[in-house]
Amino acid sequence: MTPTMTATDPKLGAADKERTPALVVDGVSHSFGDKKVLDNVSLTVDQGAFVMLLGLNGAGKSTLFSLITRLYDNVSGEIDIRGFDVRRKASQALQRLGVVFQSRTLDVDLTLMQNLKYHAALHGYSTREATRRGRLALELVGLADRGNEKVRALSGGQLRRVEIARSMMHRPDLLLLDEPTVGLDLGSRESVIKIVRELVAKERLGVLWATHLMDEVLRTDQVVILHQGVVLYNGGVPQLLTQTGTTSVREAFRALTGTKAPIEEAA
Amino acid sequence: MSASALSATASATFAETSAAAQRRLGIAGYWACFKGIVWREILRYLHQRERFLSALVRPLIWLFIFAAGFRQTLGVSIIPPYQTYVLYEEYIAPGLLAMILLFNAMQSSLSMVYDRETGTMRTLLVSPFPRSFLLLSKLLGGVSVALLQSYAFLFVAYWWGIEPPPITNIQLFTFYDAPSWTGGVIGSMADPITNTLFSVPAFIQPYVGYIAVAPAIILAGLMLGALALFISSVIKQLENFAGVMNFVIFPMFFASSALYPLWRIREASPPLYEICRLNPFTYAVELIRFALYGQIDTISLAIVVGFTVVFLAAAVFAYNPSKGLIARRGGPGGSA
Repeated sequence: MTPTMTATDPKLGAADKERTPALVVDGVSHSFGDKKVLDNVSLTVDQGAFVMLLGLNGAGKSTLFSLITRLYDNVSGEIDIRGFDVRRKASQALQRLGVVFQSRTLDVDLTLMQNLKYHAALHGYSTREATRRGRLALELVGLADRGNEKVRALSGGQLRRVEIARSMMHRPDLLLLDEPTVGLDLGSRESVIKIVRELVAKERLGVLWATHLMDEVLRTDQVVILHQGVVLYNGGVPQLLTQTGTTSVREAFRALTGTKAPIEEAA
Repeated sequence: MSASALSATASATFAETSAAAQRRLGIAGYWACFKGIVWREILRYLHQRERFLSALVRPLIWLFIFAAGFRQTLGVSIIPPYQTYVLYEEYIAPGLLAMILLFNAMQSSLSMVYDRETGTMRTLLVSPFPRSFLLLSKLLGGVSVALLQSYAFLFVAYWWGIEPPPITNIQLFTFYDAPSWTGGVIGSMADPITNTLFSVPAFIQPYVGYIAVAPAIILAGLMLGALALFISSVIKQLENFAGVMNFVIFPMFFASSALYPLWRIREASPPLYEICRLNPFTYAVELIRFALYGQIDTISLAIVVGFTVVFLAAAVFAYNPSKGLIARRGGPGGSA
């Protein structure tokens, strides 16, 4: 387990390193043609923090994820993963990053273990180490006995759990999840959220969880509200409610964004 | 929940020393990554029976029907590497191998462009290894699949009576007839030169053609894969396969030495002959043809290697999502 660092830690350098945020996004803007999709977005995900990125479809969440994962180069601003700039130190940054993409990215014809081993190979693990980590990762998400089954046989919620297992194999410091619960039934949603929250607690993992489902937010989470490419709020839940004079995150979101349309999907 | 009890042990053993972490991005890590990417392509291919069959049926139709029909119409004289008159089926077999490579290259490159922002390409691109390496590995994964298809084709062709002859010597073959428009700057060689590199032990002789063709297929496949990735990254109109067939596959295939020897084309139309000689596909076909006969066609080899290097560089540049040309031309489907 990671030792907790205190102000009295003798090795101050190590302590500083230990405190380097999992993710720093600083002043990032991005446009597709004339359309500005992200406008001066800044946010920080500390180690062990669970950050909810709330926004409607089209708010710019996926674009932000594309920039963090280096699908596009961020045109302006800076993105650091554990202090490594994703453009200048791409390899070090990507080593510390785990991602669960919105679209399904497992090969349905292959088994769970074959999928996991492929991912481990992408991070340079030998076959033996890949097998070991694959087993551990499946245990982590409660699918230890399903390793030799084909992905096709899994339910939507189990698929997501495998994707989480995969993203954890190389033990990242930062985990990005882009709308991981969309299309899942209530039970699966709860189990997926529970698994990730446990990971945050145990691994001191920084998590950035993008969603438009407001009921996934806990009072202890940090909330970032992204609307039309602009960060409208960044902070704790209690302050959010006080600031907007509302009693739920959903109401607060409506108050801030001015959207009246129902923003919940019947999940 | 029993999973959470287990996960405590799991997280404890995930850790690795920083030295181990360093090592896994070293040479051994590159090798593991390369193997993983290629192995996944092969596994996926073996699970798609329809893809396997359609890839096999296409060249076999050409071999069984087209070639049989044209056997009487087209006589192939004795030209290198042939030492006797050959049946037309035997003449077009290398061209059909190259056709397998061309189709496979276009299919896998199109899916790489199409998947770039949605599917499995994104998980590939978040690997910490350099993107040029990842793309090269991915292309070689596609080539491995094409290699399997090629041997499946050769296997069926064998039962049809089409097989390379026994080879006693591995030879270097050099012949170059410079195009007239170069004005003699490059110079021509009037006669082919054949140098024997080494002789082959008797027990392997019947199989030499099958062995020697593998490196030719890999190299030609890589060249075509890189070309396909470059073309599909740059030209947006090629996102459906019909467009690719009309504007890439058919012109490359027909304006080459795949179906008819170039001297025959020269008799019919000198300008078309020059076009065929500018077509990289011609050299892929000839490289494969000579390899099946235990000969290394040095000019074709040099040209294929040269084009491979150029196309690879172009493909990596054009495809790289963060720097390349796809973003400039508006992304797949014009969404980005």
